[in-house]
Amino acid sequence: MDGQAKKRLEVNMTTVTRQLDELIGREYRDGFYTTLATDALPRGLNEDIIRMISARKNEPEFMLEWRLKAYRHWLTMTEPQWANLHHPVIDYQNICYYSAPKSEKDGPRSLSEIDPELLRTYQKLGIPLNEQETLAGVAVDAVFDSVSVATTFKAKLAELGIIFCSFSEAVQLHPDLVRQYLGSVVPYTDNFFATLNSAVFSDGSFCYIPPGVRCPMELSTYFRINAKNTGQFERTLIIADKDAYVSYLEGCTAPMRDENQLHAAVVELIALQGARIKYATVQNWYPGDREGRGGIYNFVTKRGDCRGANSHISWTQVETGSAITWKYPSVILRGDNSVGEFYSVALTNHYQQADTGTKMIHIGRNTRSTVLSKGISAGHGQNSYRGLIKVLPGAENARNYTQCDSLLLGDQCGAHTFPYIEVKNPSARVEHEASTSRIGEEQLFYCTQRGIAPEDAVSMIINGFCKAVFQELPMEFAVEAQKLLGVSLEGSTG
Amino acid sequence: MNLQQDSRQNIEPEHVPLPGHDVPWVVRARQSAFERFAAHGFPTRREEEWKYTDVSAIGKRASLKPAPPDPTSDAAALILFRDSGHLMVFVDGHYSGELSAAGELPAGVRLASLADMLNEAADLPEAFFDQLHEHTIFAALNNAFATGGAVLNLAPGTVLDAPVYLLFIASGQGAAIYPRNIVIAGEGASATVIEHYLGVIDAHNFTDVVTQISLGAGAQLQHCKLVQEGSGAFHVAGIHAEQAADSRFVSHSFVLGGRLTRNDITSSLNEPGCLCTLNGLYLLDGKQHVDHHTRIDHIAPSGISREYYRGIMNGESRGVFNGKLLVHPGAVKTDAHQANHNLLLSRQACVDTKPQLEILADDVKCTHGATVGQLNDDSLFYLRSRGVDAALARSLLIYGFANDIIEKVGVPDLRARIRHLVLERLPQGGQIKVML
Repeated sequence: MDGQAKKRLEVNMTTVTRQLDELIGREYRDGFYTTLATDALPRGLNEDIIRMISARKNEPEFMLEWRLKAYRHWLTMTEPQWANLHHPVIDYQNICYYSAPKSEKDGPRSLSEIDPELLRTYQKLGIPLNEQETLAGVAVDAVFDSVSVATTFKAKLAELGIIFCSFSEAVQLHPDLVRQYLGSVVPYTDNFFATLNSAVFSDGSFCYIPPGVRCPMELSTYFRINAKNTGQFERTLIIADKDAYVSYLEGCTAPMRDENQLHAAVVELIALQGARIKYATVQNWYPGDREGRGGIYNFVTKRGDCRGANSHISWTQVETGSAITWKYPSVILRGDNSVGEFYSVALTNHYQQADTGTKMIHIGRNTRSTVLSKGISAGHGQNSYRGLIKVLPGAENARNYTQCDSLLLGDQCGAHTFPYIEVKNPSARVEHEASTSRIGEEQLFYCTQRGIAPEDAVSMIINGFCKAVFQELPMEFAVEAQKLLGVSLEGSTG
Repeated sequence: MNLQQDSRQNIEPEHVPLPGHDVPWVVRARQSAFERFAAHGFPTRREEEWKYTDVSAIGKRASLKPAPPDPTSDAAALILFRDSGHLMVFVDGHYSGELSAAGELPAGVRLASLADMLNEAADLPEAFFDQLHEHTIFAALNNAFATGGAVLNLAPGTVLDAPVYLLFIASGQGAAIYPRNIVIAGEGASATVIEHYLGVIDAHNFTDVVTQISLGAGAQLQHCKLVQEGSGAFHVAGIHAEQAADSRFVSHSFVLGGRLTRNDITSSLNEPGCLCTLNGLYLLDGKQHVDHHTRIDHIAPSGISREYYRGIMNGESRGVFNGKLLVHPGAVKTDAHQANHNLLLSRQACVDTKPQLEILADDVKCTHGATVGQLNDDSLFYLRSRGVDAALARSLLIYGFANDIIEKVGVPDLRARIRHLVLERLPQGGQIKVML
């Protein structure tokens, strides 16, 4: 390389660095919050609080019993310490476990009855609740703080027998279904955070797809933490009956906040024989500021159960937010020939920490799983992949393929891989591959010498790195996901 | 705990004359190591590092007392072959001058038993004796009880052509055996060390060994370890290397015998330009349990590490592999690759593997891979379609899988011996031997 070219490349590299810095240093855009009259319980956690939550939600007796059992079990548990995460001690008695927008009691029946302040909040987030309903083709069960305030497309879904409503509503209207499936994938004894959630969860989404029905639209829910110091304890339960199909999207943004907020959600998926569930998440909770102050603590338990033969569950996640992400969407491959998939992009910058991955438990015969994890670390971010592939003795011909790649943008960040593989069946085939690298100078040089501007080259490389995961996202989310990574979609500029 | 009370007395100098019992720092080091062990006790499966390996059976042993030297033991009968090289034999952890044949050593090379070294030049091992705080609790136990083992000291620039062959024989008395080896290679020195652990067929001894290796700038060491303990034996080992600039460390670990074997193999690439290779093969049957925990610390820039481990599990055996690769901040231009491949041959056998990367520097190239599977049907079909019968085809494929690791051994005699041992274990091995 002659001197001039070298100089040019250096200049280019500076631009790249600047562009990366810009990208990394970007302020959190969704940092606003709405002033609403909230109906909150006092801080702290005890049996009375749980009784109050249950009473306010007018729950049947079995729910209260379940919550109390969970709470009593929770008292015997200690917070897990094994994750590669560091945070100040969480004071569970200094959290307000329930807050609901005032208007909830009156039960709005149409959008016009909804607090206009709320509607504006959604509009700022770009949720098409209003006239965009039909245009977007998305039924949104928007969870504002803890209580569901609006559900769209219900009539259309009801025609097909699909139940898609808030969890509280499901408890009132379909208690048998709730009773049958609640806790059947994530029992209330499961882990510290799931148990806490079982005791105090305020609301969430419920979805039931009857046998043979293919849900005609992408179901979606937006979570949003709003009232100050209110931890969100969402509970989602999705049941796809025999040969049913559903694709479910979950997206979240949270307003700017100085105090750490605890988020401990539980998602349970149940796929019966021949059913298929696709669950996609774009998570963009407030990650804290440049110095690592504030941000959401996100301790989530997500698990799917391929209960019937030939069932299929796939998790796709794009994790860009939260100060702390602790999340392992898993699949129990119980039915013969069932398939589990996990696709993930996790980005950490500033002082964000992510410890995420998946568990694939092969129990049935001919079960297959695919794990594709892409971690991007920048700033002082720490990104860990933690996965378990377990093949039990009866899982004949089980097959797993795992790939986890890490990209490092900066010399202060870290990438960690903790893949556990446990095989107890000789006919199983399990493969695991991982790599860690940074954007290579050769890669950049290759692009720039072909006339691609360095910033475009970086975008291309990051996009290429994540492409295999983005492909798994529904269109609406794929676009948002790429925006979230702060780089433009290939071809979107031209 | 009675056992510990019992053992505690044994490290009082007046009870058992352990090497160095008249050297004050040795006594202090043994005492403090034992206190550390007594405070912690044996690890349980609740500890992450011991998640897949249950050592409670060791804790239930009648005694942890180091076996006394037994002059009547017929260990000589076990030495079936004498490799050319510098042979040192240890029976139940005690050096046997009679059986050993250290031979001629070039100037600048010192090879002695730990006991002799403590008597002659106690300051040499001193630097090593108390260095093991961060390693497993078994290292502390070894520190407390170490009886024998070899100390090899290579002056700068010395080259030892023939391998140093350390043969550890368990005489079958169910003894607790605590060898401690120290290898110091000065700047530019080079050597090959073989550690061979041999037990009588049904021995149920407990061996707790630590080998410490220090490589000066540009030094080279090839370390080969072969475990052929008896079918009831427990073997827990630590091999810990520290590498200076541009040094090369190659480790081979072969486990063919023993009831439970745990090897902790670590290397720390402290200065730029180091090369570290860790290879291993375990061929298991019956109720054997083998656990390899490796750890490579890239502390300085431009280090290269390669790690290839393979396991073949038959019967009700269990193979465990945990490969940690840490790239510390500033260790840029690190190039690391790690692979663990496992063949599962029976219903009851199982594999637990965890290749682990922890990377805190950006300009690095690190990859790892792990697989678990069985013999490829297509390969079997290929061989059978060419007239090779099914049993032979299977044996051939298993041999091929193992041979990829065996052929990396740089000592021809040892390579041939391991090949022989592996073939002996295969149903149609005899036929393959003829073909070779």
